Amino acid sequence: MHLAYPAVLAVLLFCVGLYGVLARRNAILVLMSVELMLNAVNLNLVAFDVWLRDALHAGQALTLFTIAVAAAEIGIGLAIVLLVYRNRGSSDVDKLTDLAERPTEDEQAQPQSQQQAEAAA
Amino acid sequence: MTTTTTAVLVPLLPFLGAAFGLLLGRRAPGFVRPLAVLPTLAAAVLAVVVAARQGGGAAVDAATQLAPTGSVPIELALHIDGFAALVAVLVGVVATCVQLYSTGYLRDDPRYSSYAALVSLFTSAMLLVVYSGDLMVLLVGWEIMGICSYFLVGHYWETEAARSASLKAFLVTKLGDVPFLFGLFALAADAGTFRITGVLNAVTSGDLHHPTLIALLLLAGVAGKSAQFPLHTWLPDAMAGPTPVSALIHAATMVAAGVYFIARLLPVFAASAAALVVLAVMAAVTMVGSALAALAQDDIKRVLAYSTVGQLGYMTGALAVGDRGAAVFHLLSHGAFKALLFLGAGVIIHAAGTNSLAAMSRMRGLSKRIPDAFWTVTVALLALAAIPPFAGFFSKEAVLGAAEHAAVGEAHLALGGAHGDLGSVPTAAGWTVLIAGLLTALLTAAYATRLWLLAFFGRGPQEAPDHGKQPFAMNAVLWVLFIPTAAFGIAAPVLPDWFDGNALTPTLVTSVLGTGLALAGALIMYGAWRHTTAAAARRPIGAVAVDPDAAPAVSEEEAIATHAAAYGDNAGAPDPADPGRLLLGPLHAPATCGFHLDAAYTALFVRPVRAAARIVRFLDREVVDTYVHGAGTGARWLGSAVRRAQTGNVQTYLGALLAGSLVLAVAAVLVATGTGA
Repeated sequence: MHLAYPAVLAVLLFCVGLYGVLARRNAILVLMSVELMLNAVNLNLVAFDVWLRDALHAGQALTLFTIAVAAAEIGIGLAIVLLVYRNRGSSDVDKLTDLAERPTEDEQAQPQSQQQAEAAA
Repeated sequence: MTTTTTAVLVPLLPFLGAAFGLLLGRRAPGFVRPLAVLPTLAAAVLAVVVAARQGGGAAVDAATQLAPTGSVPIELALHIDGFAALVAVLVGVVATCVQLYSTGYLRDDPRYSSYAALVSLFTSAMLLVVYSGDLMVLLVGWEIMGICSYFLVGHYWETEAARSASLKAFLVTKLGDVPFLFGLFALAADAGTFRITGVLNAVTSGDLHHPTLIALLLLAGVAGKSAQFPLHTWLPDAMAGPTPVSALIHAATMVAAGVYFIARLLPVFAASAAALVVLAVMAAVTMVGSALAALAQDDIKRVLAYSTVGQLGYMTGALAVGDRGAAVFHLLSHGAFKALLFLGAGVIIHAAGTNSLAAMSRMRGLSKRIPDAFWTVTVALLALAAIPPFAGFFSKEAVLGAAEHAAVGEAHLALGGAHGDLGSVPTAAGWTVLIAGLLTALLTAAYATRLWLLAFFGRGPQEAPDHGKQPFAMNAVLWVLFIPTAAFGIAAPVLPDWFDGNALTPTLVTSVLGTGLALAGALIMYGAWRHTTAAAARRPIGAVAVDPDAAPAVSEEEAIATHAAAYGDNAGAPDPADPGRLLLGPLHAPATCGFHLDAAYTALFVRPVRAAARIVRFLDREVVDTYVHGAGTGARWLGSAVRRAQTGNVQTYLGALLAGSLVLAVAAVLVATGTGA
């Protein structure tokens, strides 16, 4: 089998995953998209391992590693999502903006510099 | 001990006393007085031993080099000739007297330990200047004296007058010291050495290529240190310091350092006729101007300060006519009687509770309260006025005689055997010094008489306040200094052996002229005083009574602080009964404030410096600071603009990350294909 088939499939998988990560709101779907991207990489690893005829099959070994790590990661990720949902009643990624930069009291006391900052921005 | 070892110990002992005094002053107050008096006393005794061993014979020279300098060597050198030996004795004796006097005068002073240590350090520096055979080492002592003078003038730093006076003394003397330093460098560049003997040899062999320039540069430093016109203005203000300091530093020793320095290097000055004429004119202006100013002063110590300026003028006058023997003779006798006058003035200020002559002239019976001070100060004033047979008469006649020799063209610069004849003194210098000297003799007698009559023969309803008996140490010191004041004149026939061999005994013409003028001045002043006593009774001026049981220094500090409030200006009082005012007439007002020289300096130097300071402040605050603030504000604006991107949405961040990675990847590919092609 020619290398192009698995490579194109990996690219398609990766792009679907990327789209999901960047565009989906639901945190669980974002995690699933991350899994898609990981699996695209896994597919590449196996395909190139065969294509290069590696005697040690390092690509396949690494794939097994990646699957194990992904399983651990998804466990922690789902746990976090569950806690977030319990705390907030929502698992929308858009609404998790607690770490955003908010205007400080210092800057509110100096609205003039704020305006200047906006003008400069 | 060899003479060299003894001579090294002379400056070293007071220095050690000062160091230990500063270290132990707080912890062991009991040691402060012995540490102040004993090293100075030992130094005085050793100075006498050195003088006896040297005996006016060949100069003692010794030198050791600590480290090579690479160019002109600087050596720890001694050069002790007759001048150095005798001046060191004067410094030692006066310093010992002042230390003893201070134990009584500042007995309750909280800063006595540092005061005594600074006086010791000052004494050591002066002895270093006197004995040093190397000009750089001499400069070290010269500058230490300057800084000690600054600290001691500002001893009563609680008073505004003392603070500003100490700064003024420091700045004005430093103004002279800068050209002085350049003069020393120029001298060393020409002569190839800093050793005094080497410099003098260079003058004799004609290696000195710029004598006029060097002499004038050195003269600036001497004018600053020895309070000669136009740099004399610091000395009258320096009287805001304690009286013993005035006696030691501003009368007997430090101000004499400049005169002594010229005496040591007189061949350098004599190599330039222009420098001698400048010196003579400077001396003449100083003499006459300071004597007129002394006639108008109200503060008793300011009278004495202007008198010191004038007597130093006599010494520089003697140097201008090439007779350093006469100059140093007058330095020695003036050191004795002026120290006595100042120390006596300290007693008078304590007893009267004021330093104002106008107030003293309304006070009955001051002379009976302080008989010791009365008699010793009387004799010292007679010596100041050059009345025979006291010390001042002989030394002043020596100066006038030398000036007369120069005026008639007989004077030749015979400065000891080694240096040979250096040519004649310009007659113009001789005439200038002679005429100014005779005029000043008249004025000196007048202001001495005024001081005596106003201080001791006051008339008025108020009895002099009874402060009890003066401390024994203070009175004893007055009588010790009384001896040289009264009898130093008998040394006149012996002294030429110690100096250059020029006769120092009075000649008939100048003696008769000088004494006659002095008597005339005294009589005129007496007449004016009789004329004004009636006015004095009509216009009462009360003394500011100060705590009679306090130490004398406390009285003086309070007197200085209250003078301006009680009697008007610090220099003159609005007293119509002042005989000086009657005699000076329209000159009185300018003479009170030193002929407006301070005002001229304010207009010429102080205001431009302040304006320049304002410009610098403007440039710093408005121009330089704008850039600094601009850099800070720009960074803040940039920061707040970048903070806008922190929305908190993870997907936005990831999007930006992806876009950045793509850009980098595309760039990497483009670069790779670019290099590949």
